[in-house]
Amino acid sequence: MELFKLTAHEILEKLKSSEISPEDGLYCIEGRIKDLDQKIRAYVRVFATPDSGLQNPNPKLPLRGIPVSIKDNICTEGRNTECCSRILGGFKPPYDATVIKKLKNAGATILGLKTNMDEFAFGSSTENSFFGPTHNPWDLERVPGGSSGGSAAAVAADEAFWALGSDTGGSIRQPAAFCGVVGLKPTYGRVSRYGLIAFASSLDQVGPITKDVEDCALLTNIISGYDPDDSTSIDAPVPDYLKSLGLGIEKIKIGIPREYFIEGMDAEVKAIVWDAINKLKSLGAEYKEVSLPNTEYAVPVYYIIATAEASSNLARFDAVQYGYRTDIKRLSGENKLIDMYKKSRGEGFGPEAKRRIILGTFVLSHGYYDAYYLRALKVRTLIKQDFDAVFDGFDCIVTPTSPTPAFKIGEKTENPLQMYLSDIYTISANLSGIPAISIPCGFTKKGLPVGLQILSRPFNEEMLFRVAHAYEQATPWHLERPKL
Amino acid sequence: MPIDKDTVKYTAHLARIELQDKELDKLSTQLKGILDYIDKLKQADIRNIMPTSHILPVNNVLREDSPKDSLPIDKVLANAPQKEGNFFVVPKVIE
Repeated sequence: MELFKLTAHEILEKLKSSEISPEDGLYCIEGRIKDLDQKIRAYVRVFATPDSGLQNPNPKLPLRGIPVSIKDNICTEGRNTECCSRILGGFKPPYDATVIKKLKNAGATILGLKTNMDEFAFGSSTENSFFGPTHNPWDLERVPGGSSGGSAAAVAADEAFWALGSDTGGSIRQPAAFCGVVGLKPTYGRVSRYGLIAFASSLDQVGPITKDVEDCALLTNIISGYDPDDSTSIDAPVPDYLKSLGLGIEKIKIGIPREYFIEGMDAEVKAIVWDAINKLKSLGAEYKEVSLPNTEYAVPVYYIIATAEASSNLARFDAVQYGYRTDIKRLSGENKLIDMYKKSRGEGFGPEAKRRIILGTFVLSHGYYDAYYLRALKVRTLIKQDFDAVFDGFDCIVTPTSPTPAFKIGEKTENPLQMYLSDIYTISANLSGIPAISIPCGFTKKGLPVGLQILSRPFNEEMLFRVAHAYEQATPWHLERPKL
Repeated sequence: MPIDKDTVKYTAHLARIELQDKELDKLSTQLKGILDYIDKLKQADIRNIMPTSHILPVNNVLREDSPKDSLPIDKVLANAPQKEGNFFVVPKVIE
């Protein structure tokens, strides 16, 4: 069987027994990318040389030189990190993100090729990338989801053993669902954000995208932990998440929120997700309907808070210390410096970036701050309280990850609001800071993957892995591969 | 809440982004649609609710006041659009 089809833990077994060498692992991925990526476009700016682990693969280190693919918004020292935006074209960070340092210290090879994404993580389809969209490996005319669409597509197409993405409103989980792979958004503060180019600082998290739950648990072990360079990271011990696998789900209490199964949701998704819930029941869990009454406010709250934070975080792109600068010979007006800012940002940012920055600036501006931003912060409290109340009596909550399977490229690009509504099931986890995982739970008649989302209380990733693993091992979905 | 073209133009100015006329038109329509949708938040009962600015119980994270290594100057300037010596070069601000 071709090496690229294996999971990371299977590759690690072969590396451990010396059945294969680290070079074999790297070259098989590079070969697969050469063969397939013209069609999938999961990667951007193809480089020739690998990094780190392979130069000195240390057999004593747990990751033994295995390659990991990285989303284009995670800083890798000396290697282009551009958030798939024109405004960061050519940018080479002077330092590694903490998650990259952790991977290197564990012996991983950081693939020099970064994965495609919506520019600055603004999007749910990877269509907002400066480099053009990634194609869903299950149907090349459809989106892979976003904003970590490149990472999810690479894993689904066996162009990566595993990958890192980032999730601010669903950007790991939704592409994982669209591509039939596993994606985890850890609890806010579980994983360091140092070196993750910020979108919304109170919502962002780095997380794994993998072929199965065991790989996800392993990668989460490696990247988690307190970081003094990230003052929002939590100083709490990291459990061994691998110990949550194989525990079974006897008597686990699952809440099914009625607001996530509304009239008009895709009938196939509804049926497939209910089959999965009944499967969980057959494995020993108990489920009951619950309510998260403030769910209907999640999307508007998110698009106020996230855009407000984005407008602040993206103010640093001013063409002074790094990034795209307009042609200064064409500057005009009384204040050429301000004209340089305006033209560089006007030319360097794509349309979605400009839309979000301007919306965010508006909701923070004098006269509107109370009506929008402050109000949104209060409704955020209500949304968090809904989850706290449910977790008082339940171990986890199960929902669909997305209201629909992958849509066609171009289908939602004319209507930003339509695109925003596709985040409806994932957004609340970011607003509440709770961990959430998406796992494959079936396919539509057209052969498109459907994702099941499991949520739990803060720092209870163990429950997510426990439930996800039990379901995965009792079903065939994680063994399916797209025909490419 | 209505958002007219002048407001969008002014907000873009605050955000230091220059918009072309066609962009301004399109954006004004799109933002109006989004803000109309966001207005549904007015229905939420937020009496006596504290805002959540930060989801974790972490406050005033401090460190020891001891010097650490800074980034070397050559790395600081490595991505500069324009530089001269140890400086970033920008258009003149003061005549």
